[in-house]
Amino acid sequence: MDATPSLIHTFFNPDILAKTAPIVLASAGQTVLLGFLIIVCGIGLGILLASLRYYTRRRTVTALIVGYVDVLRALPPLVLLIVVYFALPYVNVSIDATLATFLCLSAILSAFIEECVWSGIAALAQGQMEAARSTGMTWSAAMRHVVLPQALKIALPQITNRCIATIKNTALGSVIGFNEVLGSAQAASSDFANPTPLTLSALVYIAMILPFVLFSRYLEHRTGSH
Amino acid sequence: MSEILTTFFNLDIARQVFPFLLEGLLTTFKLSLLIIPLGLAGGLLLALLHTQSHYRAVRILVNCYVDFFRSFPQLVLLIFVSFATPFLGLDLPPILSLAISFTLSTSAYYCEIFRAGIGSIPPAQTEAARSTGMSAAQTLAHVVLPQAVRNVTPDLLGNSLEIVKGTSIASVLGMSELLHNAQSAQSVLFSPTPLMLAALIYLLLLWPAVRLVSNLEAAMRLRSRH
Repeated sequence: MDATPSLIHTFFNPDILAKTAPIVLASAGQTVLLGFLIIVCGIGLGILLASLRYYTRRRTVTALIVGYVDVLRALPPLVLLIVVYFALPYVNVSIDATLATFLCLSAILSAFIEECVWSGIAALAQGQMEAARSTGMTWSAAMRHVVLPQALKIALPQITNRCIATIKNTALGSVIGFNEVLGSAQAASSDFANPTPLTLSALVYIAMILPFVLFSRYLEHRTGSH
Repeated sequence: MSEILTTFFNLDIARQVFPFLLEGLLTTFKLSLLIIPLGLAGGLLLALLHTQSHYRAVRILVNCYVDFFRSFPQLVLLIFVSFATPFLGLDLPPILSLAISFTLSTSAYYCEIFRAGIGSIPPAQTEAARSTGMSAAQTLAHVVLPQAVRNVTPDLLGNSLEIVKGTSIASVLGMSELLHNAQSAQSVLFSPTPLMLAALIYLLLLWPAVRLVSNLEAAMRLRSRH
């Protein structure tokens, strides 16, 4: 009969919630800020790489881009994070946990975005670029006003999915000591010997990511109805 | 240059830790072989519930499940399951925490993929099969599912690849898979070589899978354009 109250008392204890919420929510602010920076840089770099791959006629440049993308798609994010954080100090390059998280996740996101945008460009008819150039547009103007807007529209569902994966991966930063939501919740949870901060951290993450998930569902619904 | 090589790719250390890392790799394989079938089964079950049910409520519930677990970072879920269940008086072994948390979240992703696959088969096929006297279950097993699975093979493979990469977070629970063994070796031998070697092993094994998924996706796009 009293199973429900005791469950709530354990997993959502109001006293402990009041004590730990400020700590967990403060790190939520940091996580959101870092996530935003990673998404901006990752998408920017990804679009740049895809454009370069489209522009270049040099085989070596294409091979380098494809190699970069493949390596970052094949390596587990946590492995990259740990290699960067724990291996670099051996050559006297010390890197702090926040910067390591930022660099690794931005690089991984840029690789996936390059792949999405590249397949978006590949799905467009070659005539698009040629027609734009024949009206007198420069290559970069044609890219900015004709090719990329259409390619990005095609790639939008995949880009949204990668952004979701990236925000989820910020939780990995806790493993190397970046004080994001999960890390601070784990610390608070062991301080108070109570799982309430962990419950809160799960809710915070879900609140951060759910809008993106719903947006991706909306996109899927919109394209599905055509 | 040679100094960097002896630090990051020290052959003596590499030879010394290689068997230990292979042991870890074997655990990584075993974990993947446990989790992928569980996720596939859960995802297929959810997709069938969603597509075959006559009740709107069932579809809404499946959607809620999928959105909830797509918003739940894997690591946060894993930590929550393994650190919060002891407060309920349950002491789960790490392998069980891992299996539960991975099945919960990967079945959400597999569900979306199977659902898209089933949705890609025109309803007329089901009607035709039913009119020949096949039962609903026979129609699914012999007509709809084989074609649905073929249509979403790249996505199924891509998701399974993500799961293999995701097993690296089992290291956080101290399970001796590849990443965990590399980290122990790194701290015992005070050398980054084990970490670099582990990254190399991941790369060599997963790169072909990444290429395969990319090529299958490209082939699929080409086929759908014709």
